Order: sequence, then structure tokens, then C-alpha cells
Amino acid sequence: MSQNLPALLVVVPMLLAPIAALLNRSGPAWVVAAGGSWFAFGAAVQLLRRVMTEGVIVYSLGGWAAPIGIEYRIDMVSAFVTVIVTSIAAVGVIYARVSVADEISEDRHALFYAAFLLNVCGLLGIAITGDVFNVFVFLEISSLSAYSMIALGHDRRALTAAFQYLIMGSVGATFIVIGIGLLFVMTGTLGMMDLAQRIPEVWASGEGDRTIAVAFTFLTVGVTLKLALFPLHLWLPNAYTYAPSAVTGYMAATSTKVMVYLLMRFFFTVFGEQFSFDRMQLDMVLMPLALVAILAMSLVAIYQTNVKRLLAFSSVAQIGYMVLGISLGSVLGVAAGIIHLFNHALMKGALFMAMGCVMYRIGSVRIEDMKGLGKAMPWTMAAFVGAGLSMIGVPLTVGFISKWYLVQAALAQGSWFVAAIVMVGSLMALIYIWKVIEVAYFERREDEDEIQEAPLSLLVPTWALVAASFWFGIDAGTTSQVAISAAETLLGVMP
Amino acid sequence: MDDRVILRIGTKILSPFILIFALYVQFHGDYGPGGGFQAGVIFAAAFVLYALVFGLGNAIKVMPPKVAYICGAMGVVIYLGVGYLSMFRGGEFLNYSYLFDPEHDPTHGQHYGIIGIELGVLVTVFGVMVALFYAFAGRRRIDT
Repeated sequence: MSQNLPALLVVVPMLLAPIAALLNRSGPAWVVAAGGSWFAFGAAVQLLRRVMTEGVIVYSLGGWAAPIGIEYRIDMVSAFVTVIVTSIAAVGVIYARVSVADEISEDRHALFYAAFLLNVCGLLGIAITGDVFNVFVFLEISSLSAYSMIALGHDRRALTAAFQYLIMGSVGATFIVIGIGLLFVMTGTLGMMDLAQRIPEVWASGEGDRTIAVAFTFLTVGVTLKLALFPLHLWLPNAYTYAPSAVTGYMAATSTKVMVYLLMRFFFTVFGEQFSFDRMQLDMVLMPLALVAILAMSLVAIYQTNVKRLLAFSSVAQIGYMVLGISLGSVLGVAAGIIHLFNHALMKGALFMAMGCVMYRIGSVRIEDMKGLGKAMPWTMAAFVGAGLSMIGVPLTVGFISKWYLVQAALAQGSWFVAAIVMVGSLMALIYIWKVIEVAYFERREDEDEIQEAPLSLLVPTWALVAASFWFGIDAGTTSQVAISAAETLLGVMP
Repeated sequence: MDDRVILRIGTKILSPFILIFALYVQFHGDYGPGGGFQAGVIFAAAFVLYALVFGLGNAIKVMPPKVAYICGAMGVVIYLGVGYLSMFRGGEFLNYSYLFDPEHDPTHGQHYGIIGIELGVLVTVFGVMVALFYAFAGRRRIDT
């Protein structure tokens, strides 16, 4: 069975999704979803271990070897991304039970868990497949399930938010499939490894140079739309604000991360660093956008009055850091981007989950409604502060590790300007996190005694992520080692 | 539509042929054009036609929304079931050559395997199509 583990990682959640829908009752569907998520987590960890010792794992679906068939290809990067997705899903599903029961009407619970499992399956599929069309298929699976999960939010505006995301997401997916189509026209293949071999040939022959360049552009725009890189982020704030709390926590920590992974996969594996950076001058495009994202979105975040919305804009800014790492194009820069995938997943997941706890107790996440919560819900707000410190980048948290690597990568290339902007971004994070803390701890409310602490089933998952964000901030050896060797794999520098 | 005799009789005559044609497209799918998706849509078209002529209420009696819901989920289970079966028999996921015993000609496995997964596609597409139609046809939410 163990040789089938790469397939099982994807198809177990996929099979459990219709089963959850068929059970059609809240409790059993949750059990199925939890089982699927934890199984996937175990499988992903085992695969990462195996990749670390044995190297790349290749699995041919249906016994047809690539490029004729579809292969799953798990290297360091994909294994790391699957661990990120599944760990958040495993924590998120525990959190979901109470939160979903509170925010979504009873008869839709089973469908919610089915959509959740499909989303996990789609994201994992994107992460491990070695076939570009298969990427598109899994992208649609994960996106469609995401739209429906967002639409389940109890605020009616969730419907328009989901619809907006649907339109933007479909435009992105269409761009991606056009890009894939153009590549297929020029090379006659869909396998990533095969493409990586043939694109330089076509490019060198000079005939298909323009088509390849257009394909590259379509793919870049499509994927950056999906990952909400400034200025293509417009769908994200509403989607995160009005989605059910459990969905926001899970999605903010996973789906954009997988899209960043996909961006790296296309840039470095399929097109190759030389094409992306020398021919297309990607760094000239991505770096300014990333820097503007960090500054402008942090600034917008400061002026938000709804904390979920504030955190959503902060997410767009944080995506800027990841893309900034990629745009540096060096091993250190890409490693900083990859490590920030994991670190940001932990802290943003924790922050949104803490807001879910607040939502559960007081039914609002507006800043002015959070007066006195530091006293009324000490554990929840402490979790917010803990994860918030990480967002600012205080030493001993994961946020510090990310920024440390990012600044190092920038300085290694002599970009003092970039390093300075990273620092300014941290200061702005301090401002918007502090805004919440100030209201929660330094203002009083009358009904302080009536508000209870959030239930343990919400607090434990939240604190699990907060604890992890400190753990991996203090003991960053494992994650940074994995991230650096993942970056080396991507850039083709073998240690 | 009680007075539209031609429509009613025409629908009654056509329905079985539409269903048979769907199955034809389905079983044609492994060698020629066709396959589960088209077959599922055609199969659902028979029910849509029935609902248009005899009314939503009668159609729901023939094909309750719950059944459409179950079909939508069951098809995925059938599809993946074929994949799991080939995996349990020692092959890769969806490697149909392993579906039958080793002494059997593996092409038979390939043949029935593809029909099996196309059947899954048919069932899901059919269920979802009918459910979509019900969702748009009925103003109120139809409970599953």
C-alpha cells in the first residue's frame, strides 16, 4: 500500500467527500472529514520524510508513464506544501465542528464538509501533480469548492463575495488554461518535466519564442490572480471577510499558499529560471508589485474597522513578501518565500481562528465591538497577541524567521531598498495589530462579565497554531533546512 | 398541459428512446466519440423533457430530488471505486489492467475499466443535471 501513498494522499479525501455528502448528517460527516484530513496529514508527513531521505517520488497514475500518462511527482517543494495544507486542514477540521455548527444552518453541514474535503483534495492535487493540465483540473476542484464554502457564510454579503470570487477566479482559471493550451500547441506535451525539456528547444529555435512568451504571460497573470497579488487581489478581502470563520481560517492559510507554489513551479520548473528571469525579466515585474503590495495593503489594513477585513488586507501584504522572495530569484530569496508560506499559514490561520472565537461569542468582529475582550476572553485575545507578534516579526516567532531570511536575501543582492521596505512593512503590521490589541485590552465594556471565554474545541486548535508559530520560531532548523533544499531543487542547484 | 395531446404522447414515445440513446453514447465511449458526460446529459434531458411537459410535481414523483442528490455523489464513488479496486489488486490507481485476474487478458481490464469510470461520470452528471434543473425550476428550495 505504501507505494500507492502519493495517490492515496489525493484520492482518500476525494472519496470521502461524496461519502460525507451521502451521510447527509452533521456529526457523521464531520467524523469523515476529520478522518480524511488527519489521514492526509499523516500521509503528507510520511511523504516528506521519504522525499528527504530518498529523493523525488514519481507515481504514474493508471500505470501510464509520463509524458503519455499523468504522473504525480513529489519533490521537496511539493512535499512541503502538502504538509502545510494538510496540517492546517487537520487543525481546521477540529475547529470547524463548533464554529460551523454556530454559523451554518444544520442541513448544509454535510455539504460543507464535502466541499471542505474536495478543497483539501484539490489543493493537494495541485501540489503533487506533474502534469500541467492536471493542475488545471485540481485548480477547478479546489476553486469551486472554495466558492461554495464562502457562499455558506451567514451574512448575505457572503453570496456577492463568493460570486465576485467566482468571476475573478474563473478569469484566472481561463488565463491559466489558455497558457497551458499555447504551451501544448508549441510543444505537444503536458508533462511538466517534458515541458521543461522542450520549452528551451522551442525557444532556442526562435520560431515559437513569441507564443511561449505569451503563454508565460497568461500563466503568470492567471496564477497571480488566483493568489491575489496586488493589483489582482480585489476578490480576496470580501471573500475572507464574509466567509464562515472556519473557512476563512483554513483558506487564508492554504489556498493562496498553494497558488504561490504553483507560480514557483511554473517559473522555475516548467519555464526554467533562465527563461523567466532573463528572457521575460520577471523580477522587473514582480518585485515592484510585491513592494507596492506590502506598503499599500498594509496601509489599507490600518484603516479597516472590521478585523477579518483588516487581516484579509494584511494577507495580501504578506503575499507580497512571498512574491518578493521569488522575485529575488536567488536560492536564499526563494527559500525565504517558501519558508514564509509555512510561517504565514501558521500565524494567519491562528489570527483568523482567534477572530472566529470572538465571532462565536459576541457575533461581530468589528474593532469597536471588541472593547474589553482582553479581560472577558483572555485566552482568545492572548492567542491573537501571540500570532500578532509573529505577524509583526518579533524574534522567537516564525514571522521573525521569514523576515530574517528575506532581509538576508535582499542584502545578499545589495538591495538595501528592498530590505528597508520589508522593515517598514513590519512596522505597519505593528500598527494594525496594535489597533486591535489597544481596543481589546485598554477599553472597558459594561457586559464584561456576561461574555464567556470561547469553548475549548475552538481554543485548542487556535492555540495549537499559536504554539506552532512559537515552536518553529525558536527551532527553525527543520523548516529552514527543508525550505532551502526546496529552493535548491526549484533552482536546479543541487547541494 | 392537459390539452396538448401531441406533446404529451410525443414525450411518452420519445422518452425511452432518449434513455436508450444515452446508454448507446455511454457504451460507445470506450472506442469512439461519446462517453459518460454526454450520456449523462442526454439521460437527464429525458427527465427535463418530462418535467417540462408533465410539470415539476410529476417529475419529482418520478425522480425525487433526493435520488438526484444521491446519484450526484454515488457517481464519484463508482469512479473512484474502480480506481481503488485496481489499487487493491496490486496496480496503480486506475490501472485497469489489474482489474481481472492475472491470467486474464489485460485489455479486457482496460475495456471494462473505462466503461466503469464512464458509468460513474454518467451517474454524477445525470444527478447533477437533474438537481440543477430542479433548483432553477422550483422557486422554493427543494429539500434533499
